Amino acid sequence: MSALSGTVDTARARPADALAAWTRRNAWDLGLVGFLVGLLVFTKLIQPSYGVPGVQGLAISVLPLALAAVAQAIVVLSGGIDLSLGSMMALVNVVAATQMQGQSEEFGVAVVLGALLLGLALGAVNGSLIVLTRVPDIVVTLAMSFVWAGFALLVLPTPGGGSAKWLPELVTGSLGNEWIPKAAVVLIIVIALIWIPVRRSWLGLSLYAIGSNRLAAFRSGVSVGRTRILAYTLMGLFAALGGLSLTASTGIGIPVPGPYTLLSVAAVVLGGVSLAGGRGSVFGPILAVIILQLIRTDMTFLDVDTNLATVLQGLILIGLELIGSLVQIRASRA
Amino acid sequence: MSGLASASGAPNPWLTAAAWRGLFRDRPMIPLLGLLAVLVVISDLVRPGIVSPEWVSVILRAAVLLAILAGCQTLTMLTGGIDLSVGAVASMSGFVVASFAAGAGTPTGIVVALVAAALAGFVTGIGVGVFRVHPLIMTLGMSFVILGLANVWQLQSVVTSTGVPPAFRWLGSQAFADVVPFSLLVFLPVAGLILVGLKVTGYGRLLYAIGDNPVAARLSGARSWQVLVVLYVVSALLAAVAGFLYSGYTNVASVTLVDSAVLPSVAAAVIGGTSILGGRGGYGGTIVGTLILTVISSLLSSLGYPEAVRQILFGTIIVAVAAAYTRVTGEA
Repeated sequence: MSALSGTVDTARARPADALAAWTRRNAWDLGLVGFLVGLLVFTKLIQPSYGVPGVQGLAISVLPLALAAVAQAIVVLSGGIDLSLGSMMALVNVVAATQMQGQSEEFGVAVVLGALLLGLALGAVNGSLIVLTRVPDIVVTLAMSFVWAGFALLVLPTPGGGSAKWLPELVTGSLGNEWIPKAAVVLIIVIALIWIPVRRSWLGLSLYAIGSNRLAAFRSGVSVGRTRILAYTLMGLFAALGGLSLTASTGIGIPVPGPYTLLSVAAVVLGGVSLAGGRGSVFGPILAVIILQLIRTDMTFLDVDTNLATVLQGLILIGLELIGSLVQIRASRA
Repeated sequence: MSGLASASGAPNPWLTAAAWRGLFRDRPMIPLLGLLAVLVVISDLVRPGIVSPEWVSVILRAAVLLAILAGCQTLTMLTGGIDLSVGAVASMSGFVVASFAAGAGTPTGIVVALVAAALAGFVTGIGVGVFRVHPLIMTLGMSFVILGLANVWQLQSVVTSTGVPPAFRWLGSQAFADVVPFSLLVFLPVAGLILVGLKVTGYGRLLYAIGDNPVAARLSGARSWQVLVVLYVVSALLAAVAGFLYSGYTNVASVTLVDSAVLPSVAAAVIGGTSILGGRGGYGGTIVGTLILTVISSLLSSLGYPEAVRQILFGTIIVAVAAAYTRVTGEA
């Protein structure tokens, strides 16, 4: 997170200032963490039996959506949006499930690698179409959501297929301490292995640059078209991981796209990533996903209609965006 | 671009291409109608004799529903927005009427549904116009809210598919002499209002102005928030009307009935030449775009292609048409 080199130098000089600057930069994420902690305490209060099974269930149910949120966040940070994310996840999900069915465990590893390559390819196709045709990204990805969902139905007309045994085992249960669900570990490893190196490289910097000001980025020598394509490619990789996590959690392939596209956009906004691009991180959206899921759980504990949870989700989305816009309007007037 | 080419001399080999581009840019209706005609001819070649008054009637009945929703998208897209809540509003409206049909009566149901839709549109409009929330997010959030509330209402009043009032079934699925669909009774006034409203009235011009250049519109004295609030209320009311027809067409009252039509409605507007960036387009193109999409999907299903192939072609066509528009209009 400290890739803004200018602030890093002063940071070393005065630790207190550095801490203050870091807090300011990550105020939204810290707020989300605080809210999440409060929510967990609240959950424990209303349901004293909430414990290990609850946390593990939460982690597994959150994993596909968290990966989708990261995927969407990467594209939104670069100033784009992808409405075909859910269809991509469904396509990868069914391809993995049909190829793994009845095959050996070792073959499953090859299938997983192939599925990740497929995700990269799908993302690259989206990005290339946007850059080459110069059609607005919303239109292209909306159209591609039909295409990928169609291919998913061609691959597998009805839910079915299977999964290698090790894939579900990778995300269910806990590792070491029973309070550490494997799904969370998988998520952390994936982020640490893929996103953090990218974020710290030239690609991460140019990604934020084209998101915050495309013209300025171009004039500073960033290859805008190439960076956009790479952003979508990277999104495809995370979409593939999301699709694989669906295969892992259900054990089968489902050719109908889940609600992941719209929920990922919601999570990105709640996670403090500006839809205009260039501001935010992937951690906010992950926290937002966990919070949204936990609110749902809490509402079942409180015996509130789950439909009201949907209402609340929409209200939170609108409300946060309202506050965000108000702050921006205030700032632009000042 | 055509101006440049013709200025540089008559024997310019690019002249014809430029002229074509000019035609495509200034009169998108002509190539669109050409595409529609080609599709109809292909339909008849593939299945000789299929193109008949009855076939036209079937196409129209399906297209009318989509065309009204695509009208919502056209109007909102002209201002640079989008309305993803049309599916939720339309489903909710159809469902509310069905839930009232047995008890308080259909007219009460229609009034309640229209008021609820207008209220939803008002909230959306306030969010987009006053608080400047991105329309994508605002309408997305509203669709969650509406779906949730509709579900709550569903639990209050248990409705079966027979709840759809007969009047709606008649409007949505019957046709005069089995040829002229009764849904045209609803659609023609609606389409006329939108077409005339966009072309002739000052409000229509304000929509174009806000989409084309919001700052210039504001400096010229347009109160864009008022325009946007009215716009989203109108859009929600149109969606409600579409919802009535949908429930009659399918004879189903469900809170998620129209959800699958949201993306095609955006696609129809895009194919019809309305720019998602705002300021360019119109409802005439959208109607033709809707007919094109409906004919394509009927053609593919008559060929026995599965739903999957239809979707893939749908998507490919949208990208291709949008790319062609971007090329000739030079919009980045």
